[in-house]
Amino acid sequence: MSKKVLAFIDAKDGKFKNPALEVLTEANKLASLLNTESIALVIGNNSEESSKSFGNYGIKNVHYIDLTKLNSISGKSNFSYSHSAFSKVISEFAKANDCNIILLSANSLGKDLAPRVAVNLSASYCPDCTAIKIDGDKLVATRPLFAGKSIADLLLKNETKVITLRPNVFKVEKLSDEEATVISVDPVSLGITESDFSVIVNDVVISSGKLDVAEADRIVSGGRGLRSQENFNLIEELAEVLGAATGASRAVVDAGWRPHSEQVGQTGKTVSPSLYIACGISGAIQHLAGMSSSKCIVAINKDKDAPIFQIADYGIVGDVFDVLPALTKEIKSVVSS
Amino acid sequence: MKVIVCVSLVPDSTTKVKIAQDGKSIDESGVQFILNPYDEFAVEEAVSLKEKLNAETLAVTVGTDKATEAVKKAFQMGIENGVLIKTDNEIVDTYSVAKNLADFINEQKPDLVLLGKQSIDFDSSALPSMLSELTGIPSVNVVVKLTIGDNKVTAEKEIEGGQEIISTTLPVIIGTQKGINTPRYPNLKSIMAAKKKNVETRHSTYNENATEIIKMELPPIKGKGKILTDGANSVPELVKLLREEAKVI
Ligand SMILES: Cc1cc2nc3c(=O)[nH]c(=O)nc-3n(C[C@H](O)[C@H](O)[C@H](O)COP(=O)(O)OP(=O)(O)OC[C@H]3O[C@@H](n4cnc5c(N)ncnc54)[C@H](O)[C@@H]3O)c2cc1C
Ligand SMILES: Nc1ncnc2c1ncn2[C@@H]1O[C@H](COP(=O)(O)O)[C@@H](O)[C@H]1O
Repeated sequence: MSKKVLAFIDAKDGKFKNPALEVLTEANKLASLLNTESIALVIGNNSEESSKSFGNYGIKNVHYIDLTKLNSISGKSNFSYSHSAFSKVISEFAKANDCNIILLSANSLGKDLAPRVAVNLSASYCPDCTAIKIDGDKLVATRPLFAGKSIADLLLKNETKVITLRPNVFKVEKLSDEEATVISVDPVSLGITESDFSVIVNDVVISSGKLDVAEADRIVSGGRGLRSQENFNLIEELAEVLGAATGASRAVVDAGWRPHSEQVGQTGKTVSPSLYIACGISGAIQHLAGMSSSKCIVAINKDKDAPIFQIADYGIVGDVFDVLPALTKEIKSVVSS
Repeated sequence: MKVIVCVSLVPDSTTKVKIAQDGKSIDESGVQFILNPYDEFAVEEAVSLKEKLNAETLAVTVGTDKATEAVKKAFQMGIENGVLIKTDNEIVDTYSVAKNLADFINEQKPDLVLLGKQSIDFDSSALPSMLSELTGIPSVNVVVKLTIGDNKVTAEKEIEGGQEIISTTLPVIIGTQKGINTPRYPNLKSIMAAKKKNVETRHSTYNENATEIIKMELPPIKGKGKILTDGANSVPELVKLLREEAKVI
């Protein structure tokens, strides 16, 4: 049996986001292909009990580190967590448990931790992966380059491999109702010391409490066609009936109508929701770079020649000020019926 | 105070990617190269520290001769010194770039290392973290606000739906995100001054690759979409398609 596949999960109050379940499912799949075991490492608060549910995704053993216990090693108080301590925990855990494939979500935490873990384990690193193939004894990871304008197959040459998975791309597959065994791990046993807390997060400020575009499964985006900041209520109303996040083109972010955290595109966020509705967005190459891998793209634009229609699955040529209210109303009525 | 800015040269964001003959790289003919847009924030942050605190500034890039262009752009914005860590071939493995930069940083012992949060060609967003582990210097990436006190550093990192307020100490490695500042446009005077400056060339210290691109393709082209043309009157049909055909609502 080859070495194990490790899924790293961070958890708050017993809740796991969808990308975490994607990581579990993929870890289990890879382990089956390699005829080995997949295990999960969770760092979290009040999440020990709910981690048992990982059994549903084929993970039999979950190793759990209590965040408060980890933080207490720092000798400091009043902080949320430490990036530097997390990366040490993952690296040391992987070594101690004989794991040579480590999967994380490509969320902001995963993007920060994975390269650190890769260095610590002298691993090959593939960020933002969209598919993993096993070819004999080789592992090939697919990832978009040039903001999705090309797709590359990357051979991970070192024995250990660290991979982050692009959220919303991998499927979540619930296999059974089985529960996993949760094993509590003492971070001291992994050799974590005070000096591993060189970077600490004092505070987390949630700016809006809204769903972030990078994590959303549905997105309604607005562009310069909306004409003013106030008119974005049309975008927000449609987003609300769909349970979608709101996105924006750079033009409207630069104009100060929307925050940069909503910008989709080459210098904004890369998204792959199952539904992306682009309203009053022309479809400049830099915008497409961030959203062209969305599963279903809908465009609303008054210019029938707007480039966005070339990649749209569905579209309406029309004025956003007529189409959006009608669309919100129609969806509201079919969803409630 | 000594500040090092890591800069990279990338294809302009309007580039239409073509795959080269070898099937594993892009065809660079006709491609215009620019300073990575995120690196402009890093350069601006360094130059403003030069102006405010008389910081010593140095831009470094890892790559072939062509990469000196990135350092020259940094000169135009006001960086004083520049180094090319020259590799024989175009390197595509982030770890390899990180090793070369880490060796350089260990030698130079800067107080602050600035990078862009991500290069727009390989989009790895990995270098700040990798450099941190290789040098033992703490790092924060995706920073939208940076405050440097006597020895204390406070950085605001953009995360999903909000910000993390992070504290650490100098020396520190920072990856810059849009919002941290507004990069200046070089003026004629600074462009002329930049022409007189030299980029020091050194040889790379590490040439192995932990990853290798074995194939590159263009993304699959979508089939022609169903575009309805009757404005708001098309709404019921669109909703029907989204429900019954695409099954997304
Ligand atoms: C280095 C660099 C990086 C960039 N990064 C990004 C990025 O990350 N994300 C991004 O989005 N852009 C990015 N851009 C900018 C990009 O090139 C475009 O300028 C931008 O995407 C245009 O935004 P827009 O579609 O909202 O505006 P426009 O291009 O002005 O398009 C507005 C559209 O609205 C339509 N319209 C107008 N009125 C109506 C109406 N009443 N009803 C319906 N439709 C209407 C018009 O037909 C038009 O198609 C970048 C550019 C550069 C140089
Ligand atoms: N070849 C390089 N030489 C110097 N700095 C680089 C190089 N490649 C990337 N960087 C820096 O690292 C940042 C992040 O790049 P990446 O991790 O490749 O997304 C960039 O914004 C640059 O500041």
